[in-house]
Amino acid sequence: MADYLVQFGLPVWLAYGGVALMQCLILLTIMMFAAATFTWMERKVSGRIQDRLGPTRVGGRFGWLQSPADGIKLLCKEDLMPAQADKILFRLAPYISFCASFCVFLALPFSNGWVAQQLNVAAFFILAIAGLEVFGVITAGYASASKWSLYGAMREAAQVVSYEVPFGICVLIPVMVAGTLDLVAIGNMQQGWGINWMIFHSPFMFVTFFIYLTCAVASTNRAPFDLAEAESELVAGFLTEYSGFRWSVFFMAEYGSMTAVSGLAAILFLGGWHGPIPIADLLGLTYSNHAILGWFGELLGACNFLFKAFLGVTFMMWLRWTLPRLRIDQVMTTCLKYCIPLAAAMFVGVMLWTYALPGGILPRKTPMAAVAEAPAWTTVETPGGDRP
Amino acid sequence: MERVDPELVEFDVRTDEMLINMGPQHPSTHGVLRLVLRTDGEVVTDVVPHIGYLHRCAEKIGEKISPRQWIPYTDRMDYLAGMNMNLGWAMTVEKLMDLEIPDRARHVRVMVCELNRIASHLVAAGTYGLDLGSFTPFLYCFREREKILDLFEEVCGARLTYSFITMGGVTGDLPPGWLDRCERFLREFEEVIPELHAVLTSNEIFVRRTAGVGVLTPETAIAYGCSGPVLRGSGVKWDLRRDGEPRVTRMYEDYDFEIIAQHEGSYPQDRDDYPPVPPEAVLGDSWHRFYVRMIECVQSIRLIRQAMAKYQGCDGPIGEPIKLTQKLPKGEAYLETEAPKGQMGFMVVSDGTAIPWRVRARSSCFCNLSVTSEICRGCLLADIPAIVGSLDIVLGEIDR
Repeated sequence: MADYLVQFGLPVWLAYGGVALMQCLILLTIMMFAAATFTWMERKVSGRIQDRLGPTRVGGRFGWLQSPADGIKLLCKEDLMPAQADKILFRLAPYISFCASFCVFLALPFSNGWVAQQLNVAAFFILAIAGLEVFGVITAGYASASKWSLYGAMREAAQVVSYEVPFGICVLIPVMVAGTLDLVAIGNMQQGWGINWMIFHSPFMFVTFFIYLTCAVASTNRAPFDLAEAESELVAGFLTEYSGFRWSVFFMAEYGSMTAVSGLAAILFLGGWHGPIPIADLLGLTYSNHAILGWFGELLGACNFLFKAFLGVTFMMWLRWTLPRLRIDQVMTTCLKYCIPLAAAMFVGVMLWTYALPGGILPRKTPMAAVAEAPAWTTVETPGGDRP
Repeated sequence: MERVDPELVEFDVRTDEMLINMGPQHPSTHGVLRLVLRTDGEVVTDVVPHIGYLHRCAEKIGEKISPRQWIPYTDRMDYLAGMNMNLGWAMTVEKLMDLEIPDRARHVRVMVCELNRIASHLVAAGTYGLDLGSFTPFLYCFREREKILDLFEEVCGARLTYSFITMGGVTGDLPPGWLDRCERFLREFEEVIPELHAVLTSNEIFVRRTAGVGVLTPETAIAYGCSGPVLRGSGVKWDLRRDGEPRVTRMYEDYDFEIIAQHEGSYPQDRDDYPPVPPEAVLGDSWHRFYVRMIECVQSIRLIRQAMAKYQGCDGPIGEPIKLTQKLPKGEAYLETEAPKGQMGFMVVSDGTAIPWRVRARSSCFCNLSVTSEICRGCLLADIPAIVGSLDIVLGEIDR
């Protein structure tokens, strides 16, 4: 799009800057909207799980306006900071977390080519950036000058850094099969019927998906791995001294990461923006028919992707409201004794599987309709073509 | 995971020990308990409980007012089991006055006391889940407890501070239709018990968090004067409903129930309706203490059913409460009853007037809490809520 604007005589810096700003705004809106929706959903889901109604007062029968109401409440709160706190770091910490969580979305494709910046190392970029979120937490724990916060921060450091390893391996396995780090390309490879999804590549891949989920829950600090803010032990962990707007920034970062890891799971394992049935292709919503039709096809894909990410987040909520919290040594045991060896074994397993059965055991079904032609500005991957 | 012995844990970096105040505003110290923890990283090397934040001079007040006027104060001791507190005090004064109550009142007492035992154990189980980071069982438990409170509300108008059991009987008969509603609750509750076992007792994470954590040996338990489920969780079969003094056991004389005590991995293995003891569990650990409460609820259901049948079968007076200004005989009396949390003892010394000369309450939670520093030594920080929660303390009773 920036190139398109440059053609109309706009200076390069303005064109690219304007487009980048626009993309950021769109992504920020998506993230805020996701955070608001998921907050509301978390309340509703927990309510249903706990045999109660959840919010019913604000915004009609289903409490739709609960999230905005909460937001207003948080913004109106007094800005509190402990006297002993490190003022600069205390202020900075929430934004570090939020930025890290937000930047993940820059490389996360929502549909074929619908990505702020298509990177050929997107998977790597996301892993690297998502890992930065822990800095915000550590900074918060240190700057709060509270012993509980410090405990939370140290736990987070130990836990998240450890879980990066199996998490990384789990991301690496689909990447190895796909032969690329480009998430758009990985998504396009899973085009067609649901059987083409990466999760059905091999039994090993199937197991990998669940290891990935475990590690994703752990690295986003959600229950039963929410040790950094374990409220029955550490009051609120690194969040103890935070309130009001700064707290809500941390909160949005958490929901942002949840959405991001679920989205990544959708792309790497669950076919990305491709549904189990290639409806867009069957209906002829492809670029080869008409640009507008193709656009609608992509929109359908984006909805598909968001739905999968949404399912992932719901799964995390379900876990949170069902399971007790693990102890720190058990969390580390789960990671070091089970997740890492299992992930490594799956890595080898998938490798051997790919080597022994390059075609896979499941018959690959190509879409009935014409093969989608991606617009020129995306990498074209014909289904079943390059896949080993 | 087995308990971490601080001697065996190696640290790459030796840092100074850190003193942490857990409470009195901590979310999982069950009220206003303050624990001073000496920690070495995540390992807690020493725990010192500090109490007194909820002291309301109840005993001193008891020396200024008549025994019946003091009943509301007993409600506020163990506010989760007000009926049992009322019962302890009422029976102590009855002992001093040598008063016998009619059978009908006795069965009503058994009913409400056992219902309140269930309510108390439900709070214990629910908040224990909360201590371990599991939110949902808390709501399930409180939903059931709510039904018990509704039943109590019908009986005496109050949901938490009942003042229902008085010297000489109870303040009033049961309202019509109450027994049916009580029976309906029992049926509903029986269906919920397996659910609670599924989300707590036999949950893998729950077992790993509690089994082998905070092991209290029977010897230590007896030495510290522990009682109630804490003592029975350590395998000592001691329940004042069976082993108490005659005045207490007479209340339960024609009832058929089991004393639930864990003995070396055996107890409920011959029963299908209880989840089996996990292999990781050690006698006297947090898991067993929790488990004893869960099974005691089943026994309480049995007792309530029997009491309802007996109540329907006996006509006669419900008993007349003593007058507010009734003169007490000169002398003293001490009586312990089996409250949900342990042996609740009350003492009254009278000089012959309507106002006692001295009133004293012996708290079970106080003794149960005193083992904290013994059994918490060397555990992890996350085990502290797990252990304190399994002791099921109520600060209102400790501080009085």
